[in-house]
Amino acid sequence: MHRFWRWLADHWVLAVGLLVLAYLFLPILVVFLLSLNRPTSRLSYDLSAQWTLDYWLHPFATAGIGDALRVSVGIALVATVLATVLGTLMAFAMARHRFRGRATANVLVFLPMATPEVVLGSSLLALFVTLRVPLGFWTVVVAHVLFCLSFVVVTVKARLAGLDPRLQEAAMDLYADEWQTFRRVTLPLVLPGVAAAAMLSLSLSFDDFIITNFNSGTTVTFPMFVWGAAQRGIPREVNVIGTAVFLLAFVLVLVVQLRGRRKARVV
Amino acid sequence: MTAAVGAAAGAATPGGPPPVPVEAVAGRRRRRLTPYLLLLPGGLWLLLFFVVPSVQLAGTSLYDRSGSLETGYSQTFAFVNYLDAIGAYWPHLLRSAGYAGIATVICLVLGYPLAYAIAHKAGRWRTLLLVCVIAPFFTTFLVRTLAWKSILSDNGPVVGVLRAVPFVPDDFRLLATPAAVVCGLVYNFLPFMVLPLYASLERLDGRLLEAAGDLYAKPVTTFRWVTLPLSMPGVVAGTLLTFIPAAGDYINAELLGTPNQYMVGNVIDSAFLVRLDYPQAAALSFLLMATILVMVLSYVRAAGTEEVV
Repeated sequence: MHRFWRWLADHWVLAVGLLVLAYLFLPILVVFLLSLNRPTSRLSYDLSAQWTLDYWLHPFATAGIGDALRVSVGIALVATVLATVLGTLMAFAMARHRFRGRATANVLVFLPMATPEVVLGSSLLALFVTLRVPLGFWTVVVAHVLFCLSFVVVTVKARLAGLDPRLQEAAMDLYADEWQTFRRVTLPLVLPGVAAAAMLSLSLSFDDFIITNFNSGTTVTFPMFVWGAAQRGIPREVNVIGTAVFLLAFVLVLVVQLRGRRKARVV
Repeated sequence: MTAAVGAAAGAATPGGPPPVPVEAVAGRRRRRLTPYLLLLPGGLWLLLFFVVPSVQLAGTSLYDRSGSLETGYSQTFAFVNYLDAIGAYWPHLLRSAGYAGIATVICLVLGYPLAYAIAHKAGRWRTLLLVCVIAPFFTTFLVRTLAWKSILSDNGPVVGVLRAVPFVPDDFRLLATPAAVVCGLVYNFLPFMVLPLYASLERLDGRLLEAAGDLYAKPVTTFRWVTLPLSMPGVVAGTLLTFIPAAGDYINAELLGTPNQYMVGNVIDSAFLVRLDYPQAAALSFLLMATILVMVLSYVRAAGTEEVV
C-alpha cells in the first residue's frame, strides 16, 4: 500500500503538471491552426474546412499590420534599453550598499508591481493631459519603462544577492582597483541576470495593451492593432505574427538558457 | 500593502546571503554618495511618473464632477464621488474581487503541481519546462485571449463535447458567461503563480522529504507538514502576483464576457477614455486599490497566523 501511494505521488504530480502545461499551450495551438485557416466570415472565430498557406506567405497583406509591428518593436527596444540601464543601477545600489532610505527605495520599486495596470495607465494619462504632453510614441515609452523598471530591479537584485561577495574581495586583495573588479569580476557574473531582465522587459513591453491603450494617442502598437481589429473581425495574419513571434522567442530563450547553464557548470 | 509587497518581493527573489557592503578604507565619502547616485535616474523616473501621478489621481478623485476638461475642474474635496461610484458600480467591484479570487484559487491548485513537477520531477528537462511556462507570454496577450474565444465558442469543441453529455442542456454555452471570464483570467495569470512557487519549491531540500518518509509520514502528511509550510513564501507571492493583475484586468471580461460580466477595470477604462468623467474614474481607481488592499491584507494575515516558519 505504501509503495502504491509513493508511485501515485511520484507520477501523479508529473502527469498533472504536464496537463497544466498543455492547458498553457492550447491557445497557442489554436492560434497556429487559425493562421492556416480561411474563415467563413469576417467575424467568425471558428475553424472552417478551408486550409491555406496564404497568410504565412503574405503576413503583411492587411494594411497597418506591418507598421503596428514596427512601432511595437521600436517601443519595446527603446523601453528595454532604458529600463535595463536604470533598473540595473538601482539594483546595484540596493543590493550592494547600506544607506538611509533603503527601505523607502524598496517600497518605491515594488509599488508599481502591486498597482493594477488600469490604475498605472490612467494616472499617467491624467498627468500627461494636465501637462499637455501630446500622446504618442514617447509617452508609451515612458509608461513601459515605468512598469518594466521594477521587474528589472527585482531580477538583477536576485542575481546580485546570489553572488559570493568573497569573489570581489579576492579581486581587491589581488590589487585590482574598483573599476577593474567591477569590469572583470562583478559585471560578467551579473550579466546573465541583466540579460534575463532585458528579455523580460522586451516581452512585457511588446505584449502590453492596457497601459498602452491609455497613453498611446493615435500611435498604434501591435496589441492596439489587434484590439482595433477585434471589433471588425481579426485578420488571420495576426495569428501568423502571433505564432512567428512565439517560435522566435521560444528558440531564443531556449538557446540563452541552455548556454547559460553550460557556462554556469564551468564556473 | 508595504508588508505584503515586501513579502512578495522577498519570496519572489531566490534567497542568498544578505547584501554585504564592500567597505574600503579610501573613498569613504564618495562611497556614501554612490548608492544615491545609482538610484537617482531610476528613482526620479518612479517619482515623476508613478508617485506624482498617483498623488494627482488622488486629487482628481475629489474634484467637483460638474467640471470638464475644457471648462476646468475645481477642487471641492467631493468625497461624495466615492459614494456615487460605489452606489453605481458596486456590482463591478464585487465581480472584480470575486472573479479574481476564484481565478487565483484555481491558479494555485493548477500551478502547484506544475511548479512541484518542474522543481522535483523534471530532472534534466527542468529548463525546457520552465521556458514552456514563460513561452505563452510571447504570443500577444490579446491574440491568446481571442484564441479562447475560438475554443469556448458555441460551435467549438469544448461546448460540443459538453452538450453531448447527458443532463447538459442543448443550449449550454460557455462564451459570454462568468466561467469563460474566469477561465481567461486563470489562463493569463497562471505563469505569475507558477514562477514564485517554483522559486520556493526549488530551494526545498529533498532530504527533508526523505527524513519525513523515514519517520513513517505518509506522503499526504509530509506535504501538509513539510512541503506546504516551506513553500508558503512562494504561495503568498504567487497569490499576490496573480490576484492583483487579475482584479484590475478588463480584457477577459470584454472579450470573453458580456456587459453582465464587466469588472471594475471596464468601468475605469470607459470612464477615462469614453465618458471622460475623470473624477469618477479616479475615484474608481482608488476603490479598486482599496478592494485589493483589503483582500491582500486579510489574506496575508490569514497566511501569517498559520504555523508558517
